Amino acid sequence: MMPHYELPRDEAGYSFGFLDEYAKKEVRRAILKAVSIPGYQTPYASREMPMGRGFGTGGLQLTLALIGHNDTLKVIDQGSDDSVNAVNLRQFVQLTCPGVALTERTEDATLIQSRHRIPEQPLRADQLLVLQVPYPDPLVVVEPSEAKRKIMHGEADYARLLVKLYEDIVKFDEITISHRYPTRINGHYVIDPSPIPRWDVPRLHRSPALILLGAGREKKIYAVPPYTDAVPLAFEDQPFRVEDFRDAAGSRRACARCGATDSFLDEFIDSAGGKVYQCSDSAYCNGRLARQAKAEALA
Amino acid sequence: MSKILEVRGLTRIHGRGCPLCIEATGPESDTNICPHCASVVAAHDVSFDLYRGEILGIIGESGSGKSTVVKTLYFDDAPTAGEAIFFDDGQQFNLFALNAARQRWLRNHRFGMVYQNPHLGLNFNVSAGGNIAERLLMSDVSHYGAIRARARELLARTEVLAARMDESPRKFSGGMQQRVQIAKALATRPPLLFLDEVTSGLDLSVQAAILDLILEIQHELGTAMIVVTHDLGVVRLLAGRTLVMKYGRVIESGLTDQILEDPQHAYSQRLVAAAL
Repeated sequence: MMPHYELPRDEAGYSFGFLDEYAKKEVRRAILKAVSIPGYQTPYASREMPMGRGFGTGGLQLTLALIGHNDTLKVIDQGSDDSVNAVNLRQFVQLTCPGVALTERTEDATLIQSRHRIPEQPLRADQLLVLQVPYPDPLVVVEPSEAKRKIMHGEADYARLLVKLYEDIVKFDEITISHRYPTRINGHYVIDPSPIPRWDVPRLHRSPALILLGAGREKKIYAVPPYTDAVPLAFEDQPFRVEDFRDAAGSRRACARCGATDSFLDEFIDSAGGKVYQCSDSAYCNGRLARQAKAEALA
Repeated sequence: MSKILEVRGLTRIHGRGCPLCIEATGPESDTNICPHCASVVAAHDVSFDLYRGEILGIIGESGSGKSTVVKTLYFDDAPTAGEAIFFDDGQQFNLFALNAARQRWLRNHRFGMVYQNPHLGLNFNVSAGGNIAERLLMSDVSHYGAIRARARELLARTEVLAARMDESPRKFSGGMQQRVQIAKALATRPPLLFLDEVTSGLDLSVQAAILDLILEIQHELGTAMIVVTHDLGVVRLLAGRTLVMKYGRVIESGLTDQILEDPQHAYSQRLVAAAL
């Protein structure tokens, strides 16, 4: 909370959640359509937010349209709750949604807004994940005309995306897409699942939690409804693979802090110039450390 | 012989059109631009049949509507009026009455097109093999190994060196680009192939090699083809039957030998005389 600034709270002031009720209604209507047509990019009237487009305005509008007094919010940026973007968004929600609880623990949150990661901790049916998306349309790399892209989506014409995968395998012997991996939802629409790493793509598949994706600059909302198929594009004989964290000897690298061998790792260079690996999901890492400390104290 | 394509009354008018368009244009009026409404009658009342394994030639000068006919049949352009029935595996498809998805399915699975300009038929940002892969992927082949094998086989068949399969066609000569286009068009073993001025702009020896290749493919695969050209030598070599078009109308049709040796219409006579 910014100590020297407070929003006006009189009748002419902001309504709960910054957006006025008509704006929220419009966003909710777009959400309903997005959920009804899994993977379809629903256009909506993206509002000007008091932050630059590209800083999560799409995700923020979803969050503000959905959040209520009983919600507990978690905001993640690059897997961490403490990075600048996450802190700013959390403070903004705190400022504009009085009474909403904030948390860093994935299991306590009812609403999670994220950029770049899906939490390691599996989500539950009573949780909701909002992803911020810079580029909603996976076809933009193969077709510049939006009118043509819409027809291609309508006809599920994704051969040219697969040609890109083909060219990757020809050139590099593997698919080199590291994030924004094109993923087919419910057997028809292919979505750009925001800049999540390949590691997180399988979490979209039949997720118990509703996953909503919002692109503020591109004015699109789309959804992966609960328990819906999400299948990454691949060839029959060149299946989709997640990141490989094995070292030269072939053993799985572990997190330097908590020792986890089942999480997505970030690579750091330490002061000695060596490579260090650490969980990208800080809440997961901290949770493991806390449990380990507890177990030690008991022993 | 079984019929593969039946075209009746195919018409394409660019512009808003008026009731006088048809009357006021054509070879007799010596124009295809309607003097009343300035619409262009690109093709009017084009009718023909095509049989399995047959090559039909369409000749005429630039702007006579020959490419328009092929473009509408390949769904690159929509006709103003007319009907085309495609016969395939005991099924009939009324081409212009199908919805867009069905049209795309036919285009990807059952038709092939080779354009005069390789830029139209090939994506120069992906490799030659990738271009063939695109066509196979469009027809729902999703096995990488199978796609590679088929692309290699097709490029070998069209005499493109397998070693250059993973290069962009941008680096290829005009003749090689045309071969890649043919390989791409043949990827799904279509029963019907459209060839739009495939040899124009190539030097004579390369032309001869491409024409040989087309004939060999016709013999091997029994592919029916519509060959659009302004080169009488090409129809003489390839086509069994030929249509002569002028100002959007078919002015003469029949066996190629007959048309070239004994043209009936004054324009065909001039065309044949000019070529000799």
